Amino acid sequence: MSVARDRARYIGRRVAQAIPTILLIVTLNFLLVHLAPGNAADVLAGEAGSATPQYMAFLRHEFGLDQPLYVQYLDYLKNVVRFDLGYSFREGMPVRDLIFQRLGPTLLLMGTTIVLSIGLGILLGIFAAGKPGSLRDNVISVFALVSYATPLFWVGLMLIVLFAIDLRWLPTSGMVNIAAFYTGWQKVGDVARHLVLPAITLSLFYMALYVRLMRSSMLEQRGMDYVVTARSKGLTERSITFRHVLRNASLPVVTMAGVQIGNLLGGSVVVETVFGWPGIGLLAFKALFARDLNLLLGIFFVAACLVIAVNIIVDVIYTALDPRIRLR
Amino acid sequence: MSATAIPTEPARAWHAHTRELWQRFARNRAALAGLVVLIIIVIFALVGPMLFSEGPFELAGPPFAPPFRAFPLGTDMLGRNELIGIVYGARTSLVIGLVATLFATLLGVLLGGIAGYYGGVVDEMLMRLTEMFQTIPSFLFAILVVAILSPSIGSVILAIAVVSWPPMARLVRGEFRALRNREFVEACISMGMSDARVIVRHILPNCVSSVIVTGSLLVATAILTESALSFLGLSDPNVMSWGFMVGAARDFLQRAWWLCAIPGVAILITVLAINLVGDGLNDALNPRLRRL
Repeated sequence: MSVARDRARYIGRRVAQAIPTILLIVTLNFLLVHLAPGNAADVLAGEAGSATPQYMAFLRHEFGLDQPLYVQYLDYLKNVVRFDLGYSFREGMPVRDLIFQRLGPTLLLMGTTIVLSIGLGILLGIFAAGKPGSLRDNVISVFALVSYATPLFWVGLMLIVLFAIDLRWLPTSGMVNIAAFYTGWQKVGDVARHLVLPAITLSLFYMALYVRLMRSSMLEQRGMDYVVTARSKGLTERSITFRHVLRNASLPVVTMAGVQIGNLLGGSVVVETVFGWPGIGLLAFKALFARDLNLLLGIFFVAACLVIAVNIIVDVIYTALDPRIRLR
Repeated sequence: MSATAIPTEPARAWHAHTRELWQRFARNRAALAGLVVLIIIVIFALVGPMLFSEGPFELAGPPFAPPFRAFPLGTDMLGRNELIGIVYGARTSLVIGLVATLFATLLGVLLGGIAGYYGGVVDEMLMRLTEMFQTIPSFLFAILVVAILSPSIGSVILAIAVVSWPPMARLVRGEFRALRNREFVEACISMGMSDARVIVRHILPNCVSSVIVTGSLLVATAILTESALSFLGLSDPNVMSWGFMVGAARDFLQRAWWLCAIPGVAILITVLAINLVGDGLNDALNPRLRRL
């Protein structure tokens, strides 16, 4: 009972702590638009001439450009609090609806990537740390080092060349085969086939990060007293690694994975662009291409809120997993 | 400091110290290889453009000429010499990586230094700000900055610098906090030295090695960020860059995959070399913090 109340209070406090961050994001958005050269309406509309007079009038009204700056700021803040992110004339839809439509595919891609990169990262990290300095350790370390230095978009394009164009095993882009009209499990299978390459592409970099972290964390834990105790009890090395060391050694990886959520969203812009995956990353690229900056501002705001929400969820899960971490 | 150094001969002590650093660095074979590759890339970037009479955007021959024939790396879809693009792209990547890191380092050292030295409320505020900047999806923010300020070398550098300072600030704050309570700093303060002088002359020199190591890794990240931005079309239209080359050739992947492959390999090699050098610098400058 009291644990549940503690947890609720903890979540409440974390949400309250997120408010300054959200305020910072809104302020950054506002500052960017107003610091940019030229009139804010021009900036938001993109190159002069391409915007309709109707759109320009809307922007002037939306940002109250004839008002003093602080009034403009407060108005903008008021709109954002009501989750009114404006209207995208290029897509013919409110920005909010546009983004929420695209959230599903991005969450699917991110979720798959998180599972894949943490799973493989921990597994390869254990494997490499099993015999430091051995051939398999070196192979895994070099693989991690190279993956860590490779641009995401390049990995994606090369995977397309190999697996989609040359071998024809997997589709090149999109999320579903539009011509096939699959339903039920066939549709799930179709989406899964489309998901393979984008998920691998996005996972590789983070996997490399987690392999390096897991390897050094395993080596560090192996010298601990509890391992010596377990060994003196006569446990096998396998059981020591998987029942005792693994849980402790993977804590830094989980922490790092939480920190990386924001970067993962950034990476998904590139990956979704390469693979035509219809999430908010591709939406951002389209907005960029059409110079629909109001939409871009909205995407940034929603993405930042998403990161904050995921971080709170991760922290709550973390406190449940590790009872030593008190809910403060 | 080397044990053989004699205080009356600072030049000799300096030499001994440098030699020791170099020996520790060179013990890491991978770092040595990275350094050699990096030096070659730098020479390539400095001298390369002088070897060609054409600019990187000039048409040199027929489009889609395959590599290793008339043109060493072939030509792109417009008939531009791919090799010239790679050479100029090296310049762009290195300059943006270095300058953006320099600005990020200045900002990080300034904010982290103030937070660590003064502590208390100032520290708390600045660290909250740093945390907030770390929460923000940084690449999306960089995209936003470049898109709104319109793509140019300056806006790309600004965008990368603005998203890369937080790790540096956290590092410097930690070092400053540790050094702040050391006796030599207490002594300086009790002698009536000004805060600025204590910070610049006595604390900062003790952080230089960590700042250099972190900075070298920031350069690698900055080059990756720049390439991703220019891949998305957010690069200075008058400057050739590797990410732009990949992005432009993307539509012709089926016909000429090497046009995407070659600039990507250039990015990979450069970033890998810098990361290896960074690891080596870590071994040389922070010998106690060596990784397992």
